[in-house]
Parts: sequence; C-alpha cells; structure tokens
Amino acid sequence: MSTLEIKDLHVTVETEQGTKEILRGVTLTIESGQTHAIMGPNGSGKSTLAYSIAGHPKYTVTSGTVTLDGEDVLAMSVDERARAGVFLAMQYPVEVPGVTVSNFLRTAKTAVDGQAPKLRTWVKDVKEAMADLRMDPVFAERNVNEGFSGGEKKRHEILQMELLQPKFAVLDETDSGLDVDALRVVSEGVNRAKDKTGAGVLLITHYTRILRYIQPDFVHVFVDGRIAEEGGPELAERLEAEGYDRFTAAGAGA
Amino acid sequence: MSLLTPQRPTEGAHTHSAATMVPDQSRAERRASFDPADFAVPHGREEEWRFTPVDRLGPFFRDEAAGADADWHEELPEGVTLSTMPVADWQALGVPRPQDRAAAVAAARSGGVAVVDVPAEAELTEPVRLRLSGDGSDLVHGHLLVRVGRFARATVVLEHAGTADCSEVLTVLAGDGSDVTLVSVQEWDDSAHHLAQHDVVVGRDATVRHIAVTLGGGVVRLNTNASYTGPGGSFEGLGVYFADAGQHLEHRLFVDHEAPHCRSNVEYKGALQGETARTVWVGDVLIRAAAEGTDTYELNRNLILTDGARADSVPNLEIETGEIEGAGHASATGRFDDEQLFYLMARGIPEDDARRLVVRGFFASVVARIGVPEVQERLMEAIERELAGEVAA
Ligand SMILES: Nc1ncnc2c1ncn2[C@@H]1O[C@H](COP(=O)(O)OP(=O)(O)OP(=O)(O)O)[C@@H](O)[C@H]1O
Ligand SMILES: [Mg+2]
Repeated sequence: MSTLEIKDLHVTVETEQGTKEILRGVTLTIESGQTHAIMGPNGSGKSTLAYSIAGHPKYTVTSGTVTLDGEDVLAMSVDERARAGVFLAMQYPVEVPGVTVSNFLRTAKTAVDGQAPKLRTWVKDVKEAMADLRMDPVFAERNVNEGFSGGEKKRHEILQMELLQPKFAVLDETDSGLDVDALRVVSEGVNRAKDKTGAGVLLITHYTRILRYIQPDFVHVFVDGRIAEEGGPELAERLEAEGYDRFTAAGAGA
Repeated sequence: MSLLTPQRPTEGAHTHSAATMVPDQSRAERRASFDPADFAVPHGREEEWRFTPVDRLGPFFRDEAAGADADWHEELPEGVTLSTMPVADWQALGVPRPQDRAAAVAAARSGGVAVVDVPAEAELTEPVRLRLSGDGSDLVHGHLLVRVGRFARATVVLEHAGTADCSEVLTVLAGDGSDVTLVSVQEWDDSAHHLAQHDVVVGRDATVRHIAVTLGGGVVRLNTNASYTGPGGSFEGLGVYFADAGQHLEHRLFVDHEAPHCRSNVEYKGALQGETARTVWVGDVLIRAAAEGTDTYELNRNLILTDGARADSVPNLEIETGEIEGAGHASATGRFDDEQLFYLMARGIPEDDARRLVVRGFFASVVARIGVPEVQERLMEAIERELAGEVAA
C-alpha cells in the first residue's frame, strides 16, 4: 500500500506579465488502487497540477507539500520521481527525433527498475502490450511521438504506463482527441495496468465520457486552481448534466 | 611509403585566370584560379573569409613550398592504383580551380599530385583508405586526385589525424555512371589547423556522396564544391560536426548546377558545447539557366548544448531557370530542447543519459545515411566521447 499526499499546494509560473499563481492550495490524498477523477474547465490548472507532481521546471512550488509514503517528492529531481513510482501521461507528449520507441522504452524500463529487463520476456511484454493497445508493431521502430496522431500518442503514453508499472499514474486528458474505439482500448489499458500493479490513478479529464470505462472512486471538481467540490461517482453525473457553470464566476453571477 | 613523392616544380602552374575585380554578385562570379597571385592574402573581411579566424592561419597564405611532408598511410583494394602526377598534368585535366588563396598555394606548391585510380567497372567491396597524420606544427600540403572510372563503384575513406597545419586540395572525378562515396574524417588534435578544398565532379548519371565528419582540430575549414559534367548526376553532401570550446569548424558547400536533370541533396548537422565553440556552415546552390529539371535540397541544423557557443548557418539558393523539379533549403540553430529532456527524465532516465539520447537522436538521421558501417560506428562512438567530456566537465 502506498499513499501519494498533496497538501495545500501553491504553484506559480513566470509569464510575460510577471509571476502568476495558478494552483492556490490543492489538497488531495490518493491511495494505491484508488482512482480519483479531476474534472475542471479549460485553464483551471489541471495540467499545472500534473506537471508540478512530475517536477516540470517551468512550475515553481511556492508552498505546500507532495509526499509519497512520507518521502518528499518535491525534493526529488524529475527522474527520481519517476523512479520512485510516479508516472505522468502527458496531455501533449513530446517528440524526440532520432530516438526509437523501442530504444526509449528499454532505456526507461532499465532506469526505473535499476537493471536491464531480461531480453526475452521484455520483447514479449512489449509486443503484447502493443497488441493489446492495437498499436502496429512498426511503432517500435518509429521515433518517439514523431508524426504520431493524437490518438497514437495517447496509446503510447498508456503503453509506457503498462510497461513501467508505476505506483501512481497521473493521466492528463488521456481521453481528449480519442474516438470511441480508441477511448475503449486506452481505458482497458489503464484498467489492465491498475489490476496488475494496484496503482493509484489520478485521472484528469474534461469530459465524463472516459468515466464510463474507468470507474472513479472519487471525483474532484477543479476550478481556478483549487478543488471546489468533491464527491463520489455521482458528482460526475451531475457535472455531465449541469456543466461547470455553477462553480465558475460566470455561473455564480448568473 | 610516402604517398607524396616529391615532384619537380611544374610549369604551367601559373595560368592566369581572367578574373575581374568586380565584387561577388552571383556565386558563379567568385574567383577561381590556379595562380596564388590572383588571390590577395585575406584580411578576414572578404565574403569567403568573414567567419574564419585568418589571423591564426598565416602560414597557409604564404606562396611557398611547405616545410614538411605529411605522413601518409594507405590501404588499396585490389585493382586500385596509386601514382603521382605533375601539377601541370592535373591542371590540364580541366579540374576545377582553387577558389581561395590557401587552395591555390596548396595546389601550385604541392610538388605533385597523389592519384588514386579506380578502374572502370570495378566494384570495390572494401573501401580505399587514406590516412594523413601530422606530428608537428609545420605546414604540409596535401594534393590528391581520386579518379573513378565509368560504372565503377567505390568508397574512399580519407582520414586526418594528429597535429599539423594542413592545406589540402582534393579532386574527385567520378566517371559516367559511377557510384562513389568519399568520406573525409577530421579527427585532428586540437592544435591542428586544416584548410581544404574538395572538388567533386559528377559524371553523367553518376552518384557521388561526399561525407564530412569533423570532430577534432583547432581550425578546420572544408570547402566542398560539386559540379556536373552531364545530365542525370546526383550529388549528396552529408556532414556531421561537433565543436568544443576553442574549436572553429567551418564547412562551406557550393553545388553548381549547370547540367540539366541533376540532383543534389545536402544535409549537415552539428553540435556545439563549451564557450567559444564555433561552427560555420555556408551552403551555396546555384541553378544555372541551362540546368532544367534540377532537384535540390539543402539542410543544416545546429544544436547548441551550452551557453557561449556560436553557430552560423547561411544557406544561399540562386535560381536562374524556372524549369526545375524542386529547390529548397532549411537551416535551424536551436538550443537543447528542455521539453525533450523533461519527457525522458519523467520516464526515470537520468539527465546525462537523457541528454545523450537526445544528441544521438539529433545526429541519427544523417549518420544513418552515411551507409558505411565502420564510419557510422566510429562516429557514434566519437559523439559519445564528446558528450562524456561534457558530462564530466
Ligand atoms: N507557462 C505559462 N505561461 C503563462 N501562463 C501559463 C503557463 N502555463 C500555464 N499557464 C496558465 O495557467 C492556467 C492553467 O493552465 P493549465 O494548463 O494548468 O490548465 P488546464 O486546466 O490543464 O487546461 P486545459 O483543460 O485547457 O488543459 C491557464 O490560464 C494557462 O494559460
Ligand atoms: Mg491541461
């Protein structure tokens, strides 16, 4: 059992207009095996939360803590966080020209496990995971994310989650840009990884659609850099019906 | 054995060109002459010297024979011959002329040309290897001619190593229908200076690849010129360079499309690390009025790994006919991409390894096109070493 604990997290970014506070006190605890959905309007700070957990240098934590089983995550470098078991499936995965998917996966697996995977089982694992995600084997020899469609990039992110087996996975809008079939395939991948490892999942999304495939235990409504309301799966249904208006300034004034 | 047997000074070396004093307009008007006297000693403000630290290159411009001989080592596959030729005979072949003072001096004062001949229709399975090494700071002249007969297929690997002031003129005459790969590797010690003019003359329907790999040397300036004797020729110019602090690595290309239906493709990639690391890439392509159906593309990318390094990249495309297949160029100099680094590190990969992956990846496209496995492997190893140096620093 592991616990990822976020306490009163405040985060700023540097903009041309100066320092801007984006996260304004986020508190959230995730246990192994749990799925937390974070739902919120565009620009509310969902990706900022995801990047801050992963340690992106653009974001500055001004106060608050993130701990993994009591260990100070914020004191760790980006790669240390990943090796400690934190995984981020990015909303906009980055292209890495000249680095093949297979080389990348093997290098990452070796780094995370602290030793090279056994060649025979590794090749088989990669093949199976790709087949499960309906990824053409030729992707293994393509450069990381280069020329991938939106949906292919998302499958590739979940492929990494399945192979790297993190303790906690933050999935930043993994559902956006996917058609129904792809959404199902990707969701099954997330569920498989969860079942296999008992990982905790922080599922960031804009829409309730993906929650039909990945059942959340908790739903958090994220507005203006903080959690505005929390509840069980039924909260997602209300959001589906009512939208975010009730939580936003525009909604409050109406 | 010494590849360069001293020859008597040759007559006819002072053929005066009809060059005028008009400043450069078109690249076609750049002066070319066998006579060193046709070129003033550069002061550094001339178009063709404006990036080069000419103050470090004084001996290259003195119109006199070199003080020392280069040390040559060669490996010749069966059927390939090595001989020498008087400079006048070389000129009489109608070879391209030197385009700057250093090349003119090197050619005129070399004392003789080392000639590698690959017979017509030969299919070499092993490369011709030529290794030039220096062990002092004396000026040496290297004057080479590689002749590949028609329909022959050959790879020539020319390596430069050690310490020297080396002024070099290399002419490649690729016969009709031949398939030639010339790899020039510069792995000098950091005190070496090297100026070179490589002329590649592409025969009708011939395919020639010129590959520059420049990793070592204090100042290296390699001017590669390609021209075509008939239609159907194809020239590929590939380059990889890696400059550290204190190094000036310069590559200039000039592809002169005069014959119709020829192709050229140039791709150079360079990385720079360390303050004062300096690279220059100039890619001139001229499509003359007669060169209908030309297809050309040139690309230069530079990756700046640390602050203080500087890369200049100047593509020039002159087109005198509208009847072309395609013509384009791209040039980009960028800093190391921190988003790529973040992505890899977010998968647990330590920073040094992640940087190495990105840099290897940066070079991968051009390295893969070299097509000479031994050169590819050595190059990737050398890049690893360069990066290890940086990581340790
Ligand atoms: N580097 C930056 N410079 C300026 N503003 C930034 C920067 N990064 C984020 N922001 C701003 O912070 C706010 C939150 O951005 P964030 O990407 O976290 O939102 P989000 O909830 O993920 O939105 P979306 O649903 O569109 O993905 C936005 O107003 C955004 O413009
Ligand atoms: Mg977002």
